[in-house]
Amino acid sequence: MKLTLKIWRQKNAKSKGNFETYQMDNVSPEMAFLEMLDALNKRLVEEDKDPVAFDHDCREGICGSCGMYINGHPHGPIPAITTCHLSMRFFKEGQTVWIEPWRAKPFPVIKDLIVDRTAFDKIQIAGGFISVNTGAAPEANNILIRKKDSDNAFDSAICIGCGACVAACKNASAMLFVSAKISQFALLPQGKVEAIDRVRAMVAKMDEVGFGNCSNTGACEAECPKQIKLTNISRMNREYFKAY
Amino acid sequence: MGKLNSKIPDGPLAQKWTKYKASVKLVNPANKKKLEIIVIGTGLSGAGASSALGELGYSVKTFCYQDSPRRAHSVAAQGGINAAKNYQSDGDSVYRLFYDMIKGGDFRAREANVYRAAEVSNEVIDHYTALGVPFARDYGGTLDTRSFGGVQVSRTFYSKGQTGQQCLLGAYSSLNRQIKKGNVTMYPRREMLDLVLIDGKARGIIARNLLTGEIERHAAHAVVLATGGYGTIYYLSTLAVNSNASAAWKAHKKGAFFANPSFVQIHPTSIPQLNEFQSKLTLMSESLRNDGRIWVPKTKGDKRKANEIPEDERDYYLERRYPTFGNLVPRDVASRAAKERCDAGYGVGETGLAVNLDFRDAIKKQGVKTIENKYGNLFEMYRNITGINPYEEPMRIYPAGHYTMGGLWVDYELMTTIPGLYSIGESNFSDHGANRLGASSLMQASGDGYFILPNTISNYLSNEISVAKISTDKPEFAEAEKAAVDRINKLISIKGKQSAGSFHKRLGKIMWDYCGMIRNEEGLKKALGLINDLKEEFYKDLNIPCPANELNMELEKAGRVADYFELAELLVTDALNRRESCGAHFREEFQTPDGEAMRNDDEFAYVAAWEYAGEGKQPILHKEELKFEEVEMKVRSYK
Repeated sequence: MKLTLKIWRQKNAKSKGNFETYQMDNVSPEMAFLEMLDALNKRLVEEDKDPVAFDHDCREGICGSCGMYINGHPHGPIPAITTCHLSMRFFKEGQTVWIEPWRAKPFPVIKDLIVDRTAFDKIQIAGGFISVNTGAAPEANNILIRKKDSDNAFDSAICIGCGACVAACKNASAMLFVSAKISQFALLPQGKVEAIDRVRAMVAKMDEVGFGNCSNTGACEAECPKQIKLTNISRMNREYFKAY
Repeated sequence: MGKLNSKIPDGPLAQKWTKYKASVKLVNPANKKKLEIIVIGTGLSGAGASSALGELGYSVKTFCYQDSPRRAHSVAAQGGINAAKNYQSDGDSVYRLFYDMIKGGDFRAREANVYRAAEVSNEVIDHYTALGVPFARDYGGTLDTRSFGGVQVSRTFYSKGQTGQQCLLGAYSSLNRQIKKGNVTMYPRREMLDLVLIDGKARGIIARNLLTGEIERHAAHAVVLATGGYGTIYYLSTLAVNSNASAAWKAHKKGAFFANPSFVQIHPTSIPQLNEFQSKLTLMSESLRNDGRIWVPKTKGDKRKANEIPEDERDYYLERRYPTFGNLVPRDVASRAAKERCDAGYGVGETGLAVNLDFRDAIKKQGVKTIENKYGNLFEMYRNITGINPYEEPMRIYPAGHYTMGGLWVDYELMTTIPGLYSIGESNFSDHGANRLGASSLMQASGDGYFILPNTISNYLSNEISVAKISTDKPEFAEAEKAAVDRINKLISIKGKQSAGSFHKRLGKIMWDYCGMIRNEEGLKKALGLINDLKEEFYKDLNIPCPANELNMELEKAGRVADYFELAELLVTDALNRRESCGAHFREEFQTPDGEAMRNDDEFAYVAAWEYAGEGKQPILHKEELKFEEVEMKVRSYK
């Protein structure tokens, strides 16, 4: 099929960006979206032009590297998948596809579709861990955990840190991301000892690096490729109130 | 041969590690801070080593090429992680786990290392549980397990189909704790371009800042490579697209021997190639074979839809050929059996290069809900990629290049043949032999990083405490930097017409066709010629449009492909040398009448450790004889 691509090109953080138009003539419906961009880049390299920069790695929907706005949706129009799992069979003959980077103040553009997400690492470094030294852990089955709690912790733990929640949010809030980690540990007995310090540190860091607040619009949940639930945010708020 | 000293401690197998730990030289806590260690890679082994070394008090500098350490490819190891806990009371033990690994690896692994890997597996599970990794649990609150290919006990701990992700995020969190404490300095978006040796010892690296193109010098008292495997040499593989061999290859060219490069595991349950543009193959976890039954039609070229083929016209060929292990035979056996059926004309789908993995019976027996609980995310992923609903139709699967058993040669201490250079996890060769059993990669990588290296490295560092902080102004750094810059300039200045990726794709095809699931002498010799021709074309016709002093992903790819050309030659040379069939290495000339692998223990019970001899020169083969004290080398049978 034939597609018209409108891609955001920006040389670096300091330069001004703009949309460039590219015609793609031989797009197979079996291609993945990133493979379609690979095909475009191959052509650009052969024409001695600068290929479009985008982050990607595992291409299995799990590493969280990829992420771009496609026709107004983070990771594209299909719910609950990452860009690398987006198939071209979801697009139509002759369609125009707009492709942009995440746009949020704490995620400055590095080049084209690549943004700097180190703000997420900073929040995790602030307290997203359980303090236990290697070799000092008790026998694993000494910590009994109710199956339901463990399953719920898992459902929060599956966040891939792609940043779609921030990109989708009109306030550029990182609350879904941060609350998922806080929830995981809040639900497990191992995480309880440091719960107060963790929620204080992570929330403070989240504000400090420039993410906005939550106004319960729910765009984050709607666009999250891993379907992380808004209930995490309520749990984080409860943990936060408990901590003060 | 005299150059290889495996440093295996004396004494009975079960006591070697305990004795080693009790007698290893220690570093005084006050001195640890002064000792600097570089770790390359942040997967389970790299993040584990960085955090454990940080906890001990060393000054650690950790590097990864991704934007965040959380994205290392361990994140995609879905199925599970083995440990010899015997929680199910099904007779498991450290010895049995060790034995399954030795047998699964076709008796081409080092006994002492494998035993130790099995031994520390229990500590690994304790540690991850304490870090808050949400492993699956039973209703009584205890940890649940499941079974994997090649074994008859249930020892695999799991977090649905995202075990690798959960363990990696656990390791990332312990790494973060050390970053916060200032014990680890993290350098993301860096690629190691070369290793720096001073007086024959590993003393630092040259790295490229992938954002700015800036070339950096980093010094340390020791360097640890935790850089994963080189399965993407096949272009289409189950590995992350950016996985590469470059750091290990540069170390090899500086003197680290490369062991058993031809042992590349082919994984049996990948989604088949769907089109020619495909950038990678996606793995469906091996755990699916617990409940999924593999079959092809009994009639050649039967093009009916799977559900229209009646029961008595289906050939459950694994259950037929291997009644004891059935669908849970090891990966190499399952892969070859699938290829055999497809080559004989029984394959399904448009290409005929696929077999069915069917959950009909499991769903009938256990209900959709149970199957969804076990494999829900994998089923979803399959549906997203193929557009087929596996709850209603069988999945289609085919083997794909996966995990590399070969890697840098290391001794019992995980040190390479370069003093002060260590290699851990998938980047070394030591624990898997010729074939890796399922769910043992997370186990080995974590064990190496968290529990083994932090002990063994002190034996070396205790002799380095008088060495002051190493200056990057030394001429060795300048030399290595110049060589790295020259290599970049050489690639940039070719100014041809083709992209690095298109060369990689063609190289991968050669490797798959002649050195993939099945190899023979004629094909391997042909491959050497083809690789060489393509390499020459690469250096004449490569194009990299952007300059080197900025973010330049084409340059990154080109560097990796350039290294792959050289590794490909060594890989094929190693495959040619090994005139036997074992595990992942199946030489057509050496098979039993019923098509099973035929080993030659008299001549090949050794590790092939290759020494780099210089550009265009034949590599030098060193042999580490494998001695088995506790197990007897037997024909591996899963019938």
